[in-house]
Amino acid sequence: MTMAFESINYTYPGSGTGVHDLSMAIGPGELVALIGASGSGKTTALKLLAGFTQPQSGLIRIGDKDVTGVTAEERRLGVVFQNYALFPHLCAWENVAFPLRVRGVPHAIRRAQAIQMLERVGMGARIGSMPHMLSGGQQQRVALARALVFDPKGLLLDEPLSALDASLRVEMRDEILRVQRQSGIATLLVTHDQEEALSIADRVAVMREGRIVQIGTPRVLYDTPVDAYVAGFVGQSNLWPGTVEREGLVGTPVGPIACVTGTRIRGDAVIVFVRPEWIEPLARPPRAEVAGEIAGETLSDRFLGPIRRIDLAVGTGMVRLETHLRTPVSAVRIPPERVRLLPPLE
Amino acid sequence: MIGKSLWIVFLAALFIYFVLPLIMTVIFSLSRGQAGFGPDAYVALLSRRDLLAPLWMSAQLALATVACILLFMVPAVIAVHLFAPRLRMLLELAAILPFVIPGIALVAGLSVLITGPGWLIGSPFFLTLPYFFLALPYAYRAIDIAISNLDLTQLRLAAASLGAGVGRTILWVVMPNLWPALVNAALMTFTVVLGEFTVANILLFQTFPVSINLVAKSEPAEAAALTIVSFLLTWVALLIVLLVGRNSRKTFDTGRSGASS
Amino acid sequence: MNSAHSNKHNREVAAKTRRPLLPMHVLWAVAMIAPFLLLTVVGMIAPVILLVAQSVSGPHGFTFDYIQSLANPTYRLAAWNSIVLSFASASVSLATGGVVAFIAFGSGTQSRLGALVTSFSAVAANFAGVPLAFAFISTLGMFGLLTRVLRAGGIDIYAMGFSLYSISGLTLVYTYFLTPLMVILITPAIRAVSQDWLAAAKSLGANPGQRLRLVVLPILAPSLISAFILLFGSAFSGYATAYALTSGNIVLLTTEIGNVLTGDVASAPQTGAALSVGMIVVMAVLVWISRWFGQRTRRWK
Repeated sequence: MTMAFESINYTYPGSGTGVHDLSMAIGPGELVALIGASGSGKTTALKLLAGFTQPQSGLIRIGDKDVTGVTAEERRLGVVFQNYALFPHLCAWENVAFPLRVRGVPHAIRRAQAIQMLERVGMGARIGSMPHMLSGGQQQRVALARALVFDPKGLLLDEPLSALDASLRVEMRDEILRVQRQSGIATLLVTHDQEEALSIADRVAVMREGRIVQIGTPRVLYDTPVDAYVAGFVGQSNLWPGTVEREGLVGTPVGPIACVTGTRIRGDAVIVFVRPEWIEPLARPPRAEVAGEIAGETLSDRFLGPIRRIDLAVGTGMVRLETHLRTPVSAVRIPPERVRLLPPLE
Repeated sequence: MIGKSLWIVFLAALFIYFVLPLIMTVIFSLSRGQAGFGPDAYVALLSRRDLLAPLWMSAQLALATVACILLFMVPAVIAVHLFAPRLRMLLELAAILPFVIPGIALVAGLSVLITGPGWLIGSPFFLTLPYFFLALPYAYRAIDIAISNLDLTQLRLAAASLGAGVGRTILWVVMPNLWPALVNAALMTFTVVLGEFTVANILLFQTFPVSINLVAKSEPAEAAALTIVSFLLTWVALLIVLLVGRNSRKTFDTGRSGASS
Repeated sequence: MNSAHSNKHNREVAAKTRRPLLPMHVLWAVAMIAPFLLLTVVGMIAPVILLVAQSVSGPHGFTFDYIQSLANPTYRLAAWNSIVLSFASASVSLATGGVVAFIAFGSGTQSRLGALVTSFSAVAANFAGVPLAFAFISTLGMFGLLTRVLRAGGIDIYAMGFSLYSISGLTLVYTYFLTPLMVILITPAIRAVSQDWLAAAKSLGANPGQRLRLVVLPILAPSLISAFILLFGSAFSGYATAYALTSGNIVLLTTEIGNVLTGDVASAPQTGAALSVGMIVVMAVLVWISRWFGQRTRRWK
């Protein structure tokens, strides 16, 4: 079943934040991550889809039906909250069985289904535990089981991992992915952690000030961000504001950068974008005749385990590169074919 | 929701229930019997010595009780939080005793107990002892909650690392952070003492509430006026508490959970 | 929100950094705590012990006579009246106070209504005793203004059987200060009903009635019980209001003790002591049960 926003608008009274002309579709079985800073509108979007908030204009569709006017309790979407929201007075299986109880499923059947669901999320041993006796990760699993047990048309996850320890987060997000794949349910994941989004989502949408700036597969977002905001939000990046000097050359604080200028003409303002790992370190001084080789003074050289991150002062700016080579670095080569030009930020 | 109009009707009825007796009392206090209305009763209050004196006595008692609370209870709460957290249960027990011992029972016990020096028993300031306990639960709650919010262990360790001894830690670190709660406790004590009737009546002391009761039999209008005065005093005291509370929240809200995101 | 995690963390840190007490600290602690404890013993514990002693000491030594005299009709009537009055006023106030608190704080947002209700409740809860009694006499007493207005309009409530100076009248008056007390008692619990739980229940398909029945009430139940017990206790030990309203004419446990103390009744002081001890025992049990229910909620957080 698909879930879709069509030209949704909602503005919070008094603050101006919210969601503006949001259109997006999540296909059957697809996991779409919605990322952005606080206030970007991602949680609002989730609340609109769930039915906790009514849009001021636009349509919400589930399947082919327009559910904009349908109350939250009738939409049949599973929601997992940031703080799990497990009912404190019910034990694990009773929590999971709650949506079945609400729908009139008899006690024995709903208990069996709840237990089965708990086993699928790896909580088979704690079915009788009360929420306050469970750890964060365990509560999250129960919350996930509860959201899926009634065979919902879609799954909404509101920053499900932000309350967990870093190490637990990695383990839990794989768990979420596994369960989602198994159930084949359309899923919207809201998160501020871009690494989380990139690692498990089929598509990622970056939101800013209530609008989607770019939506695409993680690779597309990473390799070809549409503007400097997305480039800076996802992964590490070098972003140098500059002006086109002539074809093939852009002047920046770190000096002239050789690149493909395409249709841009002299005088155009651009932002030069290069990922740190695309830059090649050189153990020798730069050769002037080779395009893209520049020298700089090492500001810092940090060993991060699998990679080494080196910051070089070049001109009036800074070049950051990442490499697994352990050799000393005196210059770098920025391959012109890998440099991308982005429009300037307003 | 279940019919918003139903809620509004309910709230309106409740509002009338709460406000009506007050309005009636005000009207009563302004009545001149057959002769219509006027502020006679209030004027009389100001001139009649036998009505002003109980008010003054209650005020003095309130001050004395507040002093006792500040001198005896506050140090105990601070000391327990600083040095002896395991004794906290004991303090909480002491703070709950006044609920367990009804006022009338306390008076019964006190009248058996006290065969002490005449100057203490005969003087109304004897009431300070039972009043201290009647005010205790409220004052304790105010101070205890405020101290609990302070993360005292960290403050103590920080002060110690900076060279402050116990005395200085308490005076310069703990107390300044406590003053809204102290004001709160003092004003709650004030209202309790000003409204206390049971003990004073049995022990035959002429405090403010006792005098209202006496006057009610002979001069209802003046009793009504006294009632309104009593109500206003309570209201003013609690207004001050709320204002102090709201202002202090701006200064003292360092955010218990640390960074907000 | 890492509150659960960081609280545990803080407690662990505090435990590790708890240094052994220096003699200096012990000195300070004793100086600051001892006077208070001494006062408590003298002012509260000693009177109670004396009451217990007095209740079992007759002219010839130890006796149960006075305790047995509690079974006589007057005191049984007093106990019955006190229980009925307390139960009735606590029940009504539980409902009215609960509804007010729910309306003011149930939606989870800090509204102006909420602030208004809080401040009014703080004031009204203290407006018990003589001023309150008098305010009601002015309104609904035999010659109260409202009574007279109704009489002028043809409705004589006293002729219809109403009397302010009865158990039902007292219930009406007690509700005045018990309702705000209920609001104060139950507001923290209502605020603690996280909006997330209600949203979760909604997303799982529960309609408003089911949300109330299956989520809100079960979560609030221990707090409701605890609050009811405290309301009951408050009404049970009330003296001033009843006395001011009825001058001791209504037979209540508290007014009976008062009568013994002021010598209005030709009873031995030991009977008053026995009554007092009885009341203290009842209150102790009530408070203990109430705290037990309060603990259950705390475990859930």
